[in-house]
Amino acid sequence: MAKLLTTEQMAEFANSGCLFFDELIDEQTNKEFLDDIGHTEIDEVDSVQHYYRNIKATSSIPRIPAGTKLKDAYPKGSPLEKIFAHEVVDGAIKSLVGSNTIIDHQFLHITFPTKYFKQANQRQMSQQNHQDSTIDPRSTFDVQLFYFPTEVTKEMGGTRYHPGTHLRIVNEFGIAKYQNILGQKSIVCKPGTIGIFHSGLWHGAGVNFSENIRYMFKVRLQPTEKQELLWDPEKKYQPLPNRALYWTDESKEKTINDILMRSYPWQEADTNRLDKINVVKFWRLLTGHKKMDVDYWLTRIENELY
Amino acid sequence: MAKRQKVLVLYLKLPSLEGEVISWATFDGTGKKLHMTGDSDQPPYPTGLDALLDGWRLFQASQAIPEHPGQEFRTSYLKHEFFFEKLEEGDF
Repeated sequence: MAKLLTTEQMAEFANSGCLFFDELIDEQTNKEFLDDIGHTEIDEVDSVQHYYRNIKATSSIPRIPAGTKLKDAYPKGSPLEKIFAHEVVDGAIKSLVGSNTIIDHQFLHITFPTKYFKQANQRQMSQQNHQDSTIDPRSTFDVQLFYFPTEVTKEMGGTRYHPGTHLRIVNEFGIAKYQNILGQKSIVCKPGTIGIFHSGLWHGAGVNFSENIRYMFKVRLQPTEKQELLWDPEKKYQPLPNRALYWTDESKEKTINDILMRSYPWQEADTNRLDKINVVKFWRLLTGHKKMDVDYWLTRIENELY
Repeated sequence: MAKRQKVLVLYLKLPSLEGEVISWATFDGTGKKLHMTGDSDQPPYPTGLDALLDGWRLFQASQAIPEHPGQEFRTSYLKHEFFFEKLEEGDF
């Protein structure tokens, strides 16, 4: 049975654009996935192309035409079918993109270690920051689900990401000039970890300075229904009443609104306020409460009397 | 002796050089150091002014462009961009 996300997790996703489930997939399934793709040591790899060709020729990862329903995508009993059937993965997908989600694309990202680049006499560089996959002004959003079958250490680089950037509309590698962004994070995790990104989240692959190959299996999922209260089918969520601003009452307990209004160190002083406004607008869409507000950001400027 | 350019790009919290650094990029034309995405978590200077105090010369700053009517709440690229340079002499 699918374990739907909580309202706190949805608020976290609305604000940061990402969710993580550490060590979610069991050791046996991780091993089956690695065996299935023919994981080997870096010394056995002669070229990136050959390695991919071998995985494509022998693994159970199917070619999936864009637009295929997720529930029809993976062979019964395959490691990926088991991963998507996991109650937490299933629940998170249903909460964010619904029960009839379709696959946009999938890819097994492989980041080779320094040794490979030395052997191949190539410069080893990180991937620049970008937003997938082209400029996207929709209110609807897709998600990208990441599965890490092995441990990812700090030395291995990990997927770099920038929490809170998902609602900034940019044109793919148009953000590549930002080499470093304050508050940047890398996914350093245990085997079996699942990450879910809003499709707008800025990210890039880090350099792998270890001696091991790094894997990340990614699937982009699209909704086919309105993404309103999918995590709360009984429609229990109710917006909170207004609270005091600036001259605040610190005795009050933290609420969902504190999660929604979290700031990030990379935000400019002026645009940070627009980022908050856009989170409120996003939360209105997710909850269906079209007039709800947090900390008066929208009420203030919707009070148009002329 | 040849001259080579080092470029430092700072993105600030404010459209003033007093603003704190929120993003940065370095390109070293001397070839001494290869910078790349994600290579440091701490900014090279606390503010744009601190870069000036360390000898970097400002040669470009972003303009203030009014938001398009109807698009006032649309957010996108980092706004307050400043390009600095240093020239270095040596045998490259």
